[in-house]
Amino acid sequence: MLSFIKSKNSPAPTELAPSSWATRVKRGLEQTRNSLGRQVSGLFGGGRIDAALYDELESILLAADTGVDATTWLLDELRRTVKWDGLTDAVQLKGALQETLVSLLAPLERPLDTGTNKPFIIMLTGVNGAGKTTSIGKIAKYFQSQGKSVLLAAGDTFRAAAREQLMAWGERNNVAVIAQDGSSQQKADPAAVIFDAINAAKARGIDIVLADTAGRLATQLHLMEEIKKVKRVIAKAEPGAPHEVLLVLDANTGQNAVSQVQAFDAALGVTGLVLTKLDGTAKGGVIAAIARQRKEGPPLPIRFLGMGEGVDDLQPFDAREFVEALFD
Amino acid sequence: MFDNLTSKFSGVIKTLKGEARLTEDNIQEALREVRMALLEADVALPVIKEFIARVKEKAIGQDVMSSLSPGQALVGVVHQELIAIMGGETVDINLATVPPAIILMVGLQGAGKTTSSGKLAKWLIDHKKKKVLLVSCDIYRPAAIHQLEILAGQTGADFFPVHPGQQPKEIANAALDFARRHHHDVMIMDTAGRLAIDEAMMQEISELNALLKPIETLFVVDAMQGQDAVNTAKAFSEVLPLTGIVLTKLDGDSRGGAALSARYITGKPIKFVGVAEKLTGLEPFHPDRMAARILGMGDVLGLIEEAQRGVDLDEAEKLAKKMKSGKGFDLNDFKMQLQQMRNMGGMSAMMDKLPSQLSHAAQNVKMDDKVVNRTEGIINSMTGQERAKPEILKASRKRRIAVGAGVSVQEVNRLLAQFEQTQKMMKMMSKGGMAKMMRGLKGMLPGRR
Ligand SMILES: Nc1nc2c(ncn2[C@@H]2O[C@H](COP(=O)(O)OP(=O)(O)OP(=O)(O)O)[C@@H](O)[C@H]2O)c(=O)[nH]1
Ligand SMILES: Nc1nc2c(ncn2[C@@H]2O[C@H](COP(=O)(O)OP(=O)(O)OP(=O)(O)O)[C@@H](O)[C@H]2O)c(=O)[nH]1
Ligand SMILES: [Mg+2]
Ligand SMILES: [Mg+2]
Repeated sequence: MLSFIKSKNSPAPTELAPSSWATRVKRGLEQTRNSLGRQVSGLFGGGRIDAALYDELESILLAADTGVDATTWLLDELRRTVKWDGLTDAVQLKGALQETLVSLLAPLERPLDTGTNKPFIIMLTGVNGAGKTTSIGKIAKYFQSQGKSVLLAAGDTFRAAAREQLMAWGERNNVAVIAQDGSSQQKADPAAVIFDAINAAKARGIDIVLADTAGRLATQLHLMEEIKKVKRVIAKAEPGAPHEVLLVLDANTGQNAVSQVQAFDAALGVTGLVLTKLDGTAKGGVIAAIARQRKEGPPLPIRFLGMGEGVDDLQPFDAREFVEALFD
Repeated sequence: MFDNLTSKFSGVIKTLKGEARLTEDNIQEALREVRMALLEADVALPVIKEFIARVKEKAIGQDVMSSLSPGQALVGVVHQELIAIMGGETVDINLATVPPAIILMVGLQGAGKTTSSGKLAKWLIDHKKKKVLLVSCDIYRPAAIHQLEILAGQTGADFFPVHPGQQPKEIANAALDFARRHHHDVMIMDTAGRLAIDEAMMQEISELNALLKPIETLFVVDAMQGQDAVNTAKAFSEVLPLTGIVLTKLDGDSRGGAALSARYITGKPIKFVGVAEKLTGLEPFHPDRMAARILGMGDVLGLIEEAQRGVDLDEAEKLAKKMKSGKGFDLNDFKMQLQQMRNMGGMSAMMDKLPSQLSHAAQNVKMDDKVVNRTEGIINSMTGQERAKPEILKASRKRRIAVGAGVSVQEVNRLLAQFEQTQKMMKMMSKGGMAKMMRGLKGMLPGRR
């Protein structure tokens, strides 16, 4: 997409092959090392700050799914900084915008502490196909590699082969999966499956339970009621649980991600986010909008980033890295 | 957001009232709002730029109908242009080849390829009486093949079993052979989700396409997708000769701008939309509904169409205002709404004008034109006071009204229940905007998946 780094006489923006987040991060970091300033000014010739430059920055933000509201806010902040700090050239302007974004997103950098309860019960929710089940597979590995024991609960009793999909992840990680009996014809109650899993975890002295749930759109009111019930039943199995309600967001999602956070938070009290599929060309800029969304209390932390379909493709969130990738 | 937009537009409409022709000057502000609307709907930036330029060219110099303000006229142009770009008319699936007609499903991870494969099989069986074979060559995602097998069982399509260790190309060859020998009319090939920048996987799909020579290569797009829709659409269409698009998860509350982005970039028609998880949740695409949804202003568009059709615009505007305020919506308004509905060509015509997600929900609310007439009869039997204050309607009054209208007391009760629902909806609309109302509508329907 339109890239700030490219000068006005570089090839047409659409000609640029989009790169993945991982490549972008790497390149971004390299750039920092090689002194970002020199590279950019080399192309930009330390150009002046003018309306066209603001337009270009606006395009970068909008094309990253930052949304009209957050983009307007960011650019207003930027104008203020320019005035206060007396910035005069294009390179400084870009740096200032990055810093504004970093300070907006830094509060989202709060890793998950699972030491507060045993078993520590994590429930994953989100819209269809966001990457819940796959993220469970990766998160299980992540905690296992920290020496913690993990158990999976196959709470998606609806979608075809959802259970088998989670069982496959269980096998990959060599962790137990509690699921409805496969021979049973009737669809089990998701709450009941998770309830059983929690009890199994207690009996086995497991550290962490990861509960999968079926994908649902917030417009499906009965399914939002169903997931509330799942949460209530979890609390019955273990008082104070779930200790973490993770909402899984697909980085490809546009402005609807903001409504997703709102709706799932209203129904469940979301405590953390997972942003998946960042190995693609989507930049996930909508989290800037999400960071500004909550009026009271701190913004929802991003616990993990999904960077691929493999079991190791998971990373904690780093605001600075993320912002650099956004601008590449 | 919805409230926002609609009010912004009404602002624009007001400022522009009383001008007779669209000019560069008097549409500028409105165009800015159109740009915002499209951005908020997730239409990709480069697509918006070209679209706005097109609209501008079409709009400037146009006469403004006497009953419309220039702002309304512009929204009309925008709407028409959106419809034109998204295909104008519904395009049917192409099966005109020597059987088996092969349909290849491609797209990003989690877009809905497997589910859509199942739905499409069911649709072809139910609507076209075809003998369908479902095949998956997704050897990557855990249990992906099993997922399709279950869906095949539910649709009555045949399923092509895959052996462990078989590679996608081997599967494709064997399945093709199988379909030929068993005289399948259609073979649907589900594939693994892939990123457009994953060269090995793009190479794989390109080879599969060359091997299968599908009559349809359908690009499956999630309606919630954002700006990156242009990049993926471009990359997929460069590697594959796409023939159409399937737009999934339209039952959500996304505005679905990705539909426009993908359509624009690939130049291929949207052939189906997914409107539920269940296998019957596949429908033909209606460009007009999609256009209204992207603009997020079914109500404003409705007004424009009505104006063009000669419905009393003042009455409609009065009602719209009352709806917005959510205050004092009484049985008189309810009746007026019914009358308007009839003037507009009845309930069914009305449905076509609602944004797709709304009309989809509304289809399940049983209310045909006969019911409308009876309902009106009941309201006519009420006194002015009763209409203004429905809460005073107790048993004896209800009996009197029932006798007056020649219906049973139950029917009077049903009407009142319906009125209350509508009233509630009006309140919701004024409080939380359209999105909430849509959710409300769905919630009123019996639980279903
Ligand atoms: N490239 C990439 N693909 C991912 C990532 N996370 C998940 N996926 C893929 O996205 C698709 C959907 O993932 P699932 O884990 O099944 O998603 P889900 O949210 O459980 O889906 P439902 O249960 O059907 O709602 C699969 O093909 C995954 O392999 C990621 O970080 N990167
Ligand atoms: N509500 C709703 N859900 C849908 C629709 N289409 C698909 N889904 C759901 O979206 C999720 C992903 O669908 P899949 O069919 O597994 O997607 P896929 O593209 O095959 O995914 P991969 O094979 O992993 O790339 C599942 O939970 C489906 O039930 C739709 O139109 N509406
Ligand atoms: Mg899942
Ligand atoms: Mg699939």
